[in-house]
Amino acid sequence: MSLVSKFVHTELPPDAEALRQEVRTWLATELAGMPQVLRAQSWMGFDAEFSRRLGAKGWIGMALPRKYGGHEMGFFHRYVVVEELLAAGAPVCAHWIADRQSAQLVLRYGTEAQREKHLPPICRGESSWCIGMSEPDSGSDLASIKTQARRDGDGWVLNGRKLWTTNAHNCHYMIALVRTSDTGAERHKGMSQLIIDLSLPGIEIRPIRDLSGGEHFNEVTFDDVKLPADALIGAEGDGWEQVIAELAYERSGPERILSSVALLNTLIDAVGPSPTAAQAQAIGRLVGRISALRAMSIAVAGQLAAGESPVWEATCVKDLGVGLEQELPEIAQLVTDIEPRVGGGAAHAQVLAYITQMAPSFSLRGGTREILRGILARGLGLR
Amino acid sequence: MREMFESTIDRLLADHVDPALISRAESGEWPAELWAAVEETGLALATAAEEHGGVGADWGDAYVLVRAAGRHAAPIPLAETLLANWLLAQAGLEPLAGAATVADGRGLNMQRGAVTGRLAGVPWGASVRHTVTVTGGQSPQVAVLIDAGASATPGLNTAREPRDDLTFTHVIPEAMAPLPAHLPPDVVMLGGAMIRAGQIAGALERLLDLSVLYANDRVQFGKPIAKFQAVQHQIAVLSEHTASAIAAADAAFSAEGEGLSAFRIAAAKVVASEAAGAGAAIAHAVHGAIGFTYEHALHYSTRRLWSWRSEFGSQAYWSERLGREACAAGSAGTWPAIVSGGFSAHVR
Repeated sequence: MSLVSKFVHTELPPDAEALRQEVRTWLATELAGMPQVLRAQSWMGFDAEFSRRLGAKGWIGMALPRKYGGHEMGFFHRYVVVEELLAAGAPVCAHWIADRQSAQLVLRYGTEAQREKHLPPICRGESSWCIGMSEPDSGSDLASIKTQARRDGDGWVLNGRKLWTTNAHNCHYMIALVRTSDTGAERHKGMSQLIIDLSLPGIEIRPIRDLSGGEHFNEVTFDDVKLPADALIGAEGDGWEQVIAELAYERSGPERILSSVALLNTLIDAVGPSPTAAQAQAIGRLVGRISALRAMSIAVAGQLAAGESPVWEATCVKDLGVGLEQELPEIAQLVTDIEPRVGGGAAHAQVLAYITQMAPSFSLRGGTREILRGILARGLGLR
Repeated sequence: MREMFESTIDRLLADHVDPALISRAESGEWPAELWAAVEETGLALATAAEEHGGVGADWGDAYVLVRAAGRHAAPIPLAETLLANWLLAQAGLEPLAGAATVADGRGLNMQRGAVTGRLAGVPWGASVRHTVTVTGGQSPQVAVLIDAGASATPGLNTAREPRDDLTFTHVIPEAMAPLPAHLPPDVVMLGGAMIRAGQIAGALERLLDLSVLYANDRVQFGKPIAKFQAVQHQIAVLSEHTASAIAAADAAFSAEGEGLSAFRIAAAKVVASEAAGAGAAIAHAVHGAIGFTYEHALHYSTRRLWSWRSEFGSQAYWSERLGREACAAGSAGTWPAIVSGGFSAHVR
């Protein structure tokens, strides 16, 4: 079967759909009165208390086994909850990475002790995780990372620096890709993933202001940080393969479609019920594309649920999603005559200002468009 | 059933459809042998009711037939015949033997059981024996019109597929039944947009295959052009458009329940029409001058895409329709509509 044929239409099963109304009702109360511009922050919005309440509802770690605090509810149940959270603009950042991928990683590669230690707090919404990949000299060329952990008795000593780590300043743990041996020319070997307790001595976390003045990403410096033996997750030297598998979770989820949906919402309401033809066409085109992307994202979720590793398909969804999300503010200014406003103003003016400024980051996080298209080209047999 | 349909139609079309056959069809020859081969498999009756000798397949299964017809640029109204026979089955009428077509008949005038008026741009209108239409007015009818009873003005789309105007004057339909309540008066537009979206998805698959092959084969500056990042990224974007069209069309064909999903069809036609234009541009850019020649097979697919994207409602038509519904529903109604695949349940 060709790669493009793998997007086989998948309906969310009725038992997963049954959850949707309950989630909407709960969110309507939880988020009552929340301004659109805060909703627009979507999965960048950090609210530890909200995550705890969500955990108490049983809506974090839903697909995980019960013995680790999960609910064994299946992948599609999680999908329904997550897309409703995002569509409503809930502040999910505190548990986002842990729920989306760190818990999956611990479940798949972790020892029994690691699972018992880490998964229950994640399911309760009490444990925040971030991902340490990029470094000062390693962005798209991830395999050139230099942060190094060397053996020290049973444990490890970590030195180096991670950069652009989203939310590190709010997190308990980082899963970092680091070098654990020098393999010379074989650059994809000798890397491992470590779970780093960010409260340990020798770790400095410095938030970096983004262009809008917000602080979401960080520089994290490791200076002779002593890590216990159980910091290693998975097999030593298998870090690269583990990271690639993890990316399928990172690149295909509903956040690739919905992280700027707040702007579509304010645009629709700013235009009102009697659009011009051009406005209706622009909005209809966006609704059509979101609808198609959602179908693709669910198809990938189906493959993940079946235990497959749809790296190509997830990459395809990510690049298409970025295209949509970066185009949204452009379309908004094309069909309405409304100026963006910061620190006040009408809902659409504020959301337009926020998303316009955030848009450049959409093609940074999760891989640049050039990297994504390179992955697609390789899958197609062009590289 | 999908797998069986797909392997059967793919083998059949691969065996019969080649540039020579498409060229002859473009110059006005009806590909009788190809159509006979399709009929022999019974696939022309895939969507006809079982009690009438059909297969009774739903659109989710028939999707692969429509997509394969697009992939192979088959110069026959297979998709139209499937839609015609599905409409007849919905109305409780017998399927048609042989190739048929469909037309939106809301502009026709029906008086004392006789039809008067013009059907514009009917696919293969003058080539096939029957047009299945749905008339307008207070009590829409699914009607089978014999095309011999019309005066035909031939027309061609960019792929030189017949798109004929048929004018009927007091013609009594061969068969007729009221449009069932679960189908809207514009059901032919909806069904037509759906099959064109499916054909576009198939034609894009062909463009992707041809572009990958050509880029790996064509050597410039001492290496295959596939090794140039600029070319790789263009074809990657082509694959994204192809996947989008495949998924959007699949969602439309696979909608549950009787009838058709107007929301999913609108979304599919919007996405597929955009993908058609963008995809054709990339495929031609990759193929260079040879792809602009009549000799190379690329244009059989791209010229179809350039017409199919506009037929049964262009991107402008469907995006405006979808956008007006979104604006009427407001932001509070739009996300629920995307999830449930329709505005109707949530507006009001």
